[in-house]
Amino acid sequence: MPPAAPRSGDAIFASVERVNAELFTLTYGAIVRQLLTDLEEVEEVNKQLDQMGYNIGIRLIDEFLAKSNVSRCVDFKETAEMIAKVGFKMFLGVTASVMNWDADGTCCSIVLEDNPLVDFVELPDTCQGLYYCNILSGVIRGALEMVAMKTEVTWIRDMLRGDDAYELQVKLLKQVPEEYPYKDDE
Amino acid sequence: MQFFGGSEISPSPPTPTTTTGNNAHMIYIFNRNGVCLLYREWNRPLHTLNPQQDHKLMFGLLFSLKSLASKMDPTSADKGNLGVPQLPGQGCSFHSFRTNTYKLSFMETPSGIKFILVTNPRTSDLRETLKYIYNLYVEYVAKNPLYTPGTPIRCGLFNTAVDQYVRSI
Repeated sequence: MPPAAPRSGDAIFASVERVNAELFTLTYGAIVRQLLTDLEEVEEVNKQLDQMGYNIGIRLIDEFLAKSNVSRCVDFKETAEMIAKVGFKMFLGVTASVMNWDADGTCCSIVLEDNPLVDFVELPDTCQGLYYCNILSGVIRGALEMVAMKTEVTWIRDMLRGDDAYELQVKLLKQVPEEYPYKDDE
Repeated sequence: MQFFGGSEISPSPPTPTTTTGNNAHMIYIFNRNGVCLLYREWNRPLHTLNPQQDHKLMFGLLFSLKSLASKMDPTSADKGNLGVPQLPGQGCSFHSFRTNTYKLSFMETPSGIKFILVTNPRTSDLRETLKYIYNLYVEYVAKNPLYTPGTPIRCGLFNTAVDQYVRSI
């Protein structure tokens, strides 16, 4: 039997169970508020959000692979397209686009016009250094690490700080091939 | 509470042409570091090694077979030397081998999770079965907040679900 073809983001998004978008947005907002109250320092909150995202990402990758049925991406370009078109669509219901490729194809930007995490959100003056959606950068970093790619993900543009879109820069640091884990003398 | 609606996962693949009941002998699930996440057996009359050695042997066997299969690939142009580590999923990967007494089916995901199912030799292609088990893994294990990735799976529901599904192969 030939293996099934990979499914498009829309098809999977239509078939998974969804939660109310407002519930999701408000829950995320409550998490960030609580972190700010507990940790008080904006940098600490950014780091914590990234760590939470990383923990989500390492599990999310299996769900993504199982539901979308993709085989291994040939290069980083394909990986970025997968994240933007299938991944974001499947989990957040929005499509992102990939742009600003650098010369060796190891660094790109993923641009989100529309972001369900930030509906109803305004940053007060006391939290100006906060990357509100930092959980997303952790998720991407965690997920890619489980498929053998070490990356660095940073925010370039953030609408909560006055820019016109959300832009994440994803930079591939290295690919980690699989090695035989046992020592030969055991 | 239902964990997943029927429409999400592709419907159970058609049962292969064998009699009902005990078709499967055992299942192993490994992660990319060689940790055996799950080992269940249903029908294994002969035990030759203790469990640790058995897991290492199985993992080593598959690692070598994969490497060998991808180096012998006549269709691929670029091959490293034998023994050079490959990214999971890159190059060709074998999916089963059969002897006169059993058939071993294998599936590896790009995230490094390896599923091995040993059944009787008359079962047909089990790739869809292994995909279904991967979906079960996602629902019961990956989404389980009490499970730490990289450690052996101790989840009763997952074991029951796998047992039940495998019994129907």
